[in-house]
Amino acid sequence: MFRYIVKRVILAVATVFIIAAITFFTMNAIPGGPFASEKAPSESVKKVLEARYNLDKPVGEQFIIYIKNFLHGDLGVSLKTGRSISTVIGESFPISAKLGGMAAVTAAIVGLILGSIAALKRNTFIDRFIVFITTLFTAVPSFVLATLLLYVFCIILKWSPVFDPERTHYVLPVIALALYPMAYITRLTKTSMLDALSQDYVRTANAKGVAGWKVIFKHALRNAVIPVITYFGPMLAYILTGSLVVENIFTIGGLGTKFVSSITNRDYTMIMGTTMFLAIIMVTMNLITDIIYSIVDPRIKLD
Amino acid sequence: MAEQNAMKRNVLSAQVDLSKFHFDDSVFEKATDEEKKQQDVMSESTTFFKDGMKKLMKNPLAVGSIIVLIFIMSVIIVAPHIVPYSYSQIISVNGRRDKTAKNLKPFEYSENELEYIAEGGEVFPHIMGTDAQCRDYFIRVVYGTRVSLAVGLFASILVLIIGLLYGSISGYMGGKVDLIMQRIVDIIYSLPDMLVIILLSVVLNETLGEKLEGTSFQSLGVNMISLFIVYGLLYWVSMSRLVRGQILTIKNNEYVLAAKATGAKTGRIIAKHIIPNCISVIIISTALQIPSAIFTESYLSFIGLGVQAPMPSLGSLANTAREGLQSYPYKLIFPAVVICLIVLSLNLLGDGLRDAFDPKLKK
Repeated sequence: MFRYIVKRVILAVATVFIIAAITFFTMNAIPGGPFASEKAPSESVKKVLEARYNLDKPVGEQFIIYIKNFLHGDLGVSLKTGRSISTVIGESFPISAKLGGMAAVTAAIVGLILGSIAALKRNTFIDRFIVFITTLFTAVPSFVLATLLLYVFCIILKWSPVFDPERTHYVLPVIALALYPMAYITRLTKTSMLDALSQDYVRTANAKGVAGWKVIFKHALRNAVIPVITYFGPMLAYILTGSLVVENIFTIGGLGTKFVSSITNRDYTMIMGTTMFLAIIMVTMNLITDIIYSIVDPRIKLD
Repeated sequence: MAEQNAMKRNVLSAQVDLSKFHFDDSVFEKATDEEKKQQDVMSESTTFFKDGMKKLMKNPLAVGSIIVLIFIMSVIIVAPHIVPYSYSQIISVNGRRDKTAKNLKPFEYSENELEYIAEGGEVFPHIMGTDAQCRDYFIRVVYGTRVSLAVGLFASILVLIIGLLYGSISGYMGGKVDLIMQRIVDIIYSLPDMLVIILLSVVLNETLGEKLEGTSFQSLGVNMISLFIVYGLLYWVSMSRLVRGQILTIKNNEYVLAAKATGAKTGRIIAKHIIPNCISVIIISTALQIPSAIFTESYLSFIGLGVQAPMPSLGSLANTAREGLQSYPYKLIFPAVVICLIVLSLNLLGDGLRDAFDPKLKK
């Protein structure tokens, strides 16, 4: 077990390092450099600026400095606004985290409930309806869903304003983000629940006269949840990338909006910093998922 | 031998002594050919492919998806030959550019067109209206679908080729080669793919942009090329894992051992035993890869990293439609419905193919 965890941690650190390398060297490959804008500064100013941001040093050394700063939590400054990227992330990430967290919890709870119902009411109308709905939801991209929700609820029904810089209720964006993972979790739960219900221990419990709900919750559901845990990492990745556009559509000032606007503005340092930050979150979450999975299901191979 | 056995027959044996009976045609009646045929319960001999197709055709969802896909395909192939508009040009009436044909509703005509019709001219209807730049929206959706489908298909083929090569080498070689190749796969697998795609798209846009000018790739756009590059770099991983897993299980099967024992060469084992046994799984996951590629493409187009400007894709159409959502909601509905239909039917078809062709999943 300990060896497994150590191995996973090493792999995660290696991944973050590789992402850092990819980000740094690809950004460096862009011709022109950061000060080659329309308002080109004079030679002497440029030299001072380059010295300040260590751009006069060889690329290898720059990379080492970048990693060093990165380990100290310093992601550099935005090219366009001049603000510290760490501050920008610190301001906007809590909003995104709140939105993403709500979406993840909603998806997990609703998905588990729907999946269990579909498995328990197998081959009935309810089961077919749930399967139909979830198949439909897995075919709708989050940005399409978000725009449609915006249209239906904000423009036709006028339940909430279209443009709201200080949006306080997150119902629509949470739905837009949660539906796809919810549908996926429902399908996963259904399969694993059906599998669990056909196991010997469920039959034994039923034969011993354990109450029906107790069998479902204590014996079947507990075991059915295990495969769902593996989806935690991919779900988070989906919600993170989905929130990039969903935040934009619903004008929520989270990290997603900042990221997309930095892409359109070609704010390279900002893209670099945000990518690194998001990548670390994803890798960490995957690591946690793997570790939790190996704890709850000791049968998995620890090779 | 038979006589010897008969001699040794035990006196107390309860077995019926057949030698005491005399069989001839008077005792038994021979079955006629017709009667023989009635006993024949063998079904017609069938191949693996035919068997699978039969099962697939019995699946209503899969058949429905095939029909929807064929319909969409035929529309995107036929429509550009029938509709007299182009996806990148302003509608022209009677040889003149028609600036009044802006944001028309479906089947609506502009002022100039109405005049022209009154004069006796014929104008092809704008089935889905026009966009803000006076272009026929239907033909744009058709081209957008073409682009999205083509991207999905090529990206999947790219993934298939790289994944197949990498996975089969890793799986068949085994040992240290496999170990190193799998560590590389592990690392690529844990990279957040969407972020890397966005990053590479931004960078390739800057670096490749000028180099492509004047080449045939230009119309495709830098973003599409970077999408393919990223797919080639990252997305083959799960395919290679699948192929490797398949090869590892098949490699250890008894029939492969038997083939080896009878002196079959490696090439023959791969061609006769390994490929036919894993081909269905590979085809199915390629089919399921197409919708995910379409998703990625439309997502990138949506955040502005998709196809080059006049060329539409379903994602970029949906993105542009956001601006006039209040007045022209149908502009979002059309591309959105097409994306959902394509992805849904490809998903259902992939599921159907898996049920029909993957013998291990038969229940």
